[in-house]
Formats: sequence, structure tokens, C-alpha cells
Amino acid sequence: MTLRATYRDAGPVTVVELSGRITLGDGSALLRKTLRDLLDQKRTRILLNLADVDYIDSSGIGELVSGYTSVTGRGGELKLLSLTKRVHDLLQITRLFTVFDVYSDEHVAVRSFR
Amino acid sequence: MTGQRVTPESKHLEVTLETQVESVNLAEEMCLRVAEAAGFGEDECYRIGMSVREGVINAFHYGNQERPEKKIYLAVDLTEEKMIIHVVDEGKGFNLRDVPDPLAEENLLSTSGRGIFLMRAFMDEFDVVPGRTGGAELIMSKKLPGPGSPSPNGQGGSGGQNAAPQQESQKKEKQ
Repeated sequence: MTLRATYRDAGPVTVVELSGRITLGDGSALLRKTLRDLLDQKRTRILLNLADVDYIDSSGIGELVSGYTSVTGRGGELKLLSLTKRVHDLLQITRLFTVFDVYSDEHVAVRSFR
Repeated sequence: MTGQRVTPESKHLEVTLETQVESVNLAEEMCLRVAEAAGFGEDECYRIGMSVREGVINAFHYGNQERPEKKIYLAVDLTEEKMIIHVVDEGKGFNLRDVPDPLAEENLLSTSGRGIFLMRAFMDEFDVVPGRTGGAELIMSKKLPGPGSPSPNGQGGSGGQNAAPQQESQKKEKQ
């Protein structure tokens, strides 16, 4: 399933709705482009909603990490919302739960941004 | 895909793949079909599919350096006990001991280098040997589900003997 990405404002936070697979090729490329576009627009408080992302491979993980370092490098924050079980497990075994802030409630997540 | 051969008993299947992104999906789909036919449940199929995917990504990117004139060789064997997958590239080969640990603190923010780890975590057995082409041959296997396994809905099976420990299981997911 091809990745789709849209975004909306939730106060000062940009919520990116992703659905599909974040994998080598188009999926990873779309995530990269989306985050780059947001940073170009000076949007540095970003919440990625992964509720409809049921598959991420190592390329997709790399893209998430790359996005995280790009956003934090601009003084911003990138956080994750509503992980599916498989994505949750993947972040857990790769220890990326120690890197990303992960939320299951959007309002709580939005309020957590500085 | 440039070649495909299936034995009459469909116990062995091999394909030659082009060094291109599409080969990753093709290999995953092919092995998923074999795994489903072999009786693996949903979760184990996911782990097998992901491992094949990572193996072919490794061959595509690291082994063949994304050079389109090189090939990737994928073979699947079903024995009475397990499903065995071979991924062979035409690169220079590598030693598993030289692969950095992606769980090390200094590598956590690396944007690559997790594929080998995922294959080791998701399969029962995993090894890298010199391939017949001079490149690397990744060999991985998964024990077939037994008659008492709670397949096909995927709750059966372990993460494999090499599975990473469920670290920090109570980690910081917020409400």
C-alpha cells in the first residue's frame, strides 16, 4: 500500500497523518519530502500520526530517525502518535523508544510540545 | 525478475532479481506466498516477509551498490522442518562481526544499519557466508509451524532464538 501523507494544524503543532507503508522507495521518499517541506515552512513542532501505518522497514526507520535529527537540529520537536502494535514492537526492539516521545492521545501529545 | 524455477513438488524455488527497488517488494511477496502455503500464521509471515525484504535491501544497497548490471539471487527451500531462504548478491561480501550494533548508544541515531539486526531478530537462524558469486550469501530459516501451533492467526511462534530481548517494555508511551 502506497504511503499517503496529509497535514493539519493543531494549535502550534503540525499533525502529519500518514497511512500505508513506510518502506524503501516511494514510502520513505514521501516521508522525507513531507518533513523537508514542513521544515521549509518553519514548522518545527511536528507530530506524526502513525495510526494507519502498519508496516515500516529498516529504510522507513532510517527516515524517521533522519526526520527526528533534522527537526531537533532546527530546535524543534518531532513526536509520534498512535503506533500500531507492529510499529510499536519494531521501535521497541530497535531501542528507538528511548529516542522518540510516543503518545496515544493527540491532545496530550499536542500539549507536550514546548 | 529474469528467471524462475519451481520443482514439481514446489519444495524449492529460485529467482534471479534485478538490482532495483521493485525487487524488494517482489521478493517479499513471493516468500510470503510460500510461507502462507507452508502454514505459517500471520505474525510469522510478517517476520519472514520483513526478513526477506531486509535481505534483498541489503543485497540491493550494500552488496550490489545499487548497480543495475548486478543481480540478486533468491532461493527458498521448504524442508520437513523449516523454511530456508538464501539471498546472494554480487558484491564483495562482508563479515557479520564487522556490522555495527544498532542498539549501541552511539548508533541509535544512525539512519541505516538495522537490516541485519531485524533479520536476526525475526528468524530462528541467520548467517552470512561467502556466496558463489564472490558476494555475500545470507541464509535464514524459520521452523515450520507444528500441528499444534495456533496458526493461522499468528499468535504462535517466537521471535526466534536470536530475537532481541523485549527491552524497556514499560517504556514511555504516554496517554
